[in-house]
Amino acid sequence: MLVKPILDEALCNGCGLCVDVCRCGALVIVKNIIKIIDVNDCGYCTECELVCPTGAIQCPFEIVVEESIEITFEE
Amino acid sequence: MAVEIEVLKSIPYFLGLSTAELEAVKKHVFEQMVEKNDMIIMEGDPANAVYFVVSGAVKVFKTSVEGKEQILCILKPGESFNDIAVFDGGPNPASAIAMTPVLLYGINKSSMEAILREYPNLAANVIRILSKKVRHFVSLVEDLSFRRVTDRLAKLLLEYATDHGPIGEQDTARPRLTQQEMAAVVGTAREVVGRSLKALEEEGAIRMDRHRIVIVNKKRLKQISGVGAGAV
Repeated sequence: MLVKPILDEALCNGCGLCVDVCRCGALVIVKNIIKIIDVNDCGYCTECELVCPTGAIQCPFEIVVEESIEITFEE
Repeated sequence: MAVEIEVLKSIPYFLGLSTAELEAVKKHVFEQMVEKNDMIIMEGDPANAVYFVVSGAVKVFKTSVEGKEQILCILKPGESFNDIAVFDGGPNPASAIAMTPVLLYGINKSSMEAILREYPNLAANVIRILSKKVRHFVSLVEDLSFRRVTDRLAKLLLEYATDHGPIGEQDTARPRLTQQEMAAVVGTAREVVGRSLKALEEEGAIRMDRHRIVIVNKKRLKQISGVGAGAV
């Protein structure tokens, strides 16, 4: 499963800006709270995080060096 | 939909105006619906109106001749744009695009001038709002001109990079940073972090791999950051 943006439902005010800005339709408002419905389509563009007025969405990045990925593949 | 007094009350420009005053102002306000990705104003065009975001999000930006984009600000409900051009009589200083479907209220230039003469309270609000904008842009100038944000971001990436252990989706020990957190650490705006990450990618030092920032050329990243070999 792909890593997805982190949603804090307690902070979500249901404004829907993230849904409107989402390029792939991965976000939806259910009962006034944001949900992710299709993680595989989420390209992690971070625009939902950018427009969220309450800080309810976070798109954190792992910072890794190339060699560690290669080692993982070899294993 | 008609222009609503309750919406006008929530816009900082109109704070402190009585309902009767807002009713008078309302006569000058027009509504405009904009589709997602539609340009609202173009840099260099004559300024016809000041706009207020009622719903949705608007990106205000400039584009270089090479096509590079610099975001000046992301506007959310209650915020205004194009006011500088309306007040100084010059052309639009930047372009604005709808990031979502957007509902705007607007006031034409001539009406705005009349309203300001009529309601001194509103003029005080405008001064406060423009001052806030000047402060924001001064900070942005500082970031873009004097600070070597890309260098400091490169150093941050080296400090946070992990080069051991398997990369697993549930690896909570692996540090993860949002672009907002990176901005806070290097002392800049989130918009500048996005641009700096692109610059580092163009330099061949990193690769954006969805939720990962992959350091593909550690030596180059060290050079950019000013960190000596073996220091990280």
